[in-house]
Amino acid sequence: MTRALTLIRRRLVGSIFVLLIVIIGTFLLLEAAPGDAVDAYIVSTGGDAGMIELLRHRWGLDQSELTRLANYIWALLHLDLGQSVTFSRPIRDVILERLPTTLLLMVSATALSFGLGSALGIYAGAKPGSLRDRFLSIGSLALYAVPGFWLGLVLIVVFAVDLRWLPIGGIESLASEKTGFARAADIAVHLVLPVSALGFIYFALYLRMMRAGMAEAWRQDFVLAARARGLSRRRVVFAHVARNALLPLITMLGLQSAQMLGGSVVIESVFAVPGLGRLAQEAVASRDTPLLLGIILTSAVLVIAINLAVDIAYAFLDPRVGASEAGA
Amino acid sequence: MSDISRRTLLSGSALLLASTAMPAFGWAQTPKKGGRLVLAADSEPRNLNPAIVASNGVFFISSKIVETLAEASFDGKDGLEPRLALSWEGAADGLSVTFKLRDGVKWHDGKPFTSADVAFSALQVWKPLQNLGRIVFKDLAAVDTPDDFTAVFKFAKPTPFQLIRNALPALSSVVPKHIYEVGKIEDNPANNAPIGTGPFKFGEYKAGQYYKLTRNADYWGKDEPYLDEIIYQVLPDRTSAAAALEAEEIQLAAFSAVPLADLDRISKVPGLKVISKGYEGLTYQLVVEINHRRKELADVKVRQAIAHAIDKDFVVKTVFLGYAATATGPVPKNDPQFYTADVPTYPFDVAKANALLDEAGYAKADDGKRFAVKLLPAPYFNETKQFGDYLRQALAVIGIDAEIVNNDAPAHIKAVYTDHAFDLAVGPPVFRGDPAISTTILVQSGIPDGVPFSNQGGYKNDALDALIAKASETLDTAARTDLYKEFQKEVAADLPLINVAEWSFISVARDTVGNIANNPRWAVSNWADTYLAG
Repeated sequence: MTRALTLIRRRLVGSIFVLLIVIIGTFLLLEAAPGDAVDAYIVSTGGDAGMIELLRHRWGLDQSELTRLANYIWALLHLDLGQSVTFSRPIRDVILERLPTTLLLMVSATALSFGLGSALGIYAGAKPGSLRDRFLSIGSLALYAVPGFWLGLVLIVVFAVDLRWLPIGGIESLASEKTGFARAADIAVHLVLPVSALGFIYFALYLRMMRAGMAEAWRQDFVLAARARGLSRRRVVFAHVARNALLPLITMLGLQSAQMLGGSVVIESVFAVPGLGRLAQEAVASRDTPLLLGIILTSAVLVIAINLAVDIAYAFLDPRVGASEAGA
Repeated sequence: MSDISRRTLLSGSALLLASTAMPAFGWAQTPKKGGRLVLAADSEPRNLNPAIVASNGVFFISSKIVETLAEASFDGKDGLEPRLALSWEGAADGLSVTFKLRDGVKWHDGKPFTSADVAFSALQVWKPLQNLGRIVFKDLAAVDTPDDFTAVFKFAKPTPFQLIRNALPALSSVVPKHIYEVGKIEDNPANNAPIGTGPFKFGEYKAGQYYKLTRNADYWGKDEPYLDEIIYQVLPDRTSAAAALEAEEIQLAAFSAVPLADLDRISKVPGLKVISKGYEGLTYQLVVEINHRRKELADVKVRQAIAHAIDKDFVVKTVFLGYAATATGPVPKNDPQFYTADVPTYPFDVAKANALLDEAGYAKADDGKRFAVKLLPAPYFNETKQFGDYLRQALAVIGIDAEIVNNDAPAHIKAVYTDHAFDLAVGPPVFRGDPAISTTILVQSGIPDGVPFSNQGGYKNDALDALIAKASETLDTAARTDLYKEFQKEVAADLPLINVAEWSFISVARDTVGNIANNPRWAVSNWADTYLAG
């Protein structure tokens, strides 16, 4: 237990620096982008010089960059994410409204890609070089090569437009006033297509890693020993080969969480899912710097937390890992 | 995303010309009561108050909730029909306009609508805060309210009644005084949940999902509205609206939410209809903006050469797939009041363009190039970007080497209108029914840096400035109209900018949606008579 605590403490200290770098980097990047929130706003309204000046003043854009960055960090130290320029609402509220949707999408897609990917990877890797192994390898590679938005559009055309089995988008039926179980079922139905589109991209990765790990494990001495001991093939596959091949997949799970957030930007747009990814895209388009900073900060915290969880899990699964770090 | 991000186009050229003369669509049927209309929305305006933000993105939703004094009409007098005002009359001296208001109208919270609301909206909102009202109502000094149903606008300087009249459909959204008189108008919660007098009440907004409007049972229109609910489903992806129509999840996609390239296919889907009417009052103009600070472009011969190098018919046919009309000048052909065809024109003629450039002293170098320019196509529409690609090729033919610079919307606005970091730009200004609202500003000199959709190309023409100034204070409608015809001639002759084409939007709807496109601003009108059959 102390091992895990040491790990957590070390990571938290490191995380603060990571977050600071993320904030300053994002802020500077956004400032470097030409045009500010007022420029983005007047695209659809026009307006005279007086109105533009008024808006810049109202939104605090007449202050210097340094002042705004300092103000932002100062407010952040008081756990205040600030006010969104485009939504005229506290950023915390705007993000909290969207976060559950994105989390639901990510967790479901991860479960799908990890579960299906590792299961099929075991299936393929149990008999390396067999027909089913080759078929699954090629099939997953093909899927991995498909862009997410295209897969999404194809799923929409087939299952929503032609067959009409599933809704074309959204997170739930519009203004349906469903509650409880009916609402959960409604959301589940809406999630099928976006989760599939997001999950299938990463599914191939897990499948191939699992398969490769198993192919590697088959050659190890302990597998030979296990077989020599006369263990059943099933026991060898699951308890020795697959179990060892699973470790790198868990590392991947952590790394993938960041990628999933990126992938959700596209998938959320294609399927009209009101999540953080789409919000981020809107924030960039409207040059809403504080909102984008808030979203990136939330994502960074999320990714750090997931990776910490992965490390802890790893430390328990493989005693060698935590020992070296805790002892260092 | 800007709220014009996807807004695209209108009818074939012939249709565009004929449209103002044609009466409303006549799939006349007895309207049915009830039902929920679900339609696509491509953007989510944060401020839904049309009295502050007079833009199509806001009107699309808010015009059903908050009403204007008058609405545009195909067959009404002066192209108008009454809404909250029953009549309007301008004094001969141009110093006052008298509105008689509708009796028995109630706000959605039950309070009565009176002339005090109109006075408050005009003086506290339109004049100081509204993007367009700040220009049109700049000389509004007071609004007298001798009784509850009379509002007399008093102007400090003579103001043409024709301009005020033409501005009514877009600029005169009336908001309730009793809601807005407390606190700062810009921060009022009603800006996000509007309270109006319209046929529909604001229901709810779920960010990223939908807006819901519900029937106003106390609406002043007899038997109206017909619909129980209107739901705007937020569909940010360009391909979603067409798919949602086909899957029967939505019944209407207005503002060209279905891209032009998909129209041919979607028009063959049983149960769907493609409608290019109902946007005559929202005409966009495809314009080549010119930076006159470049010495080559300051030469009128060079500008004429560029005009001759553009094949407008090809642009209409290829970029707009026929859903546009070629332009002759700064007023669109479908405008019933001001348009004149009697202006200098520039037929497609490469030889002439080359001759003009030679004459101007920019001979072709050995590599066939005369000079290079930076070309910035506005990113708001697919068509402005595609025309940018066309223009680059057209210019290459006459030896002008154009380098295309692509930006997103805010970056484009800053580059062109604040930094003037362009030689040529492609822009889509909007004609708003009167040249004084947002058209003369495109060529007038003396506009501060940073004002979007204005003359930021450093163009200065004293004769044109004098003409614009004179028209702005000419009260007689006929004389004023003549001055704007003169204005079109002068612009077409001197080419401060080059007008290429005019276009508007397309609606795609289920056959069951009735009373579509029955006024020139249909998508942004109140939809009191819209219904769902069957």
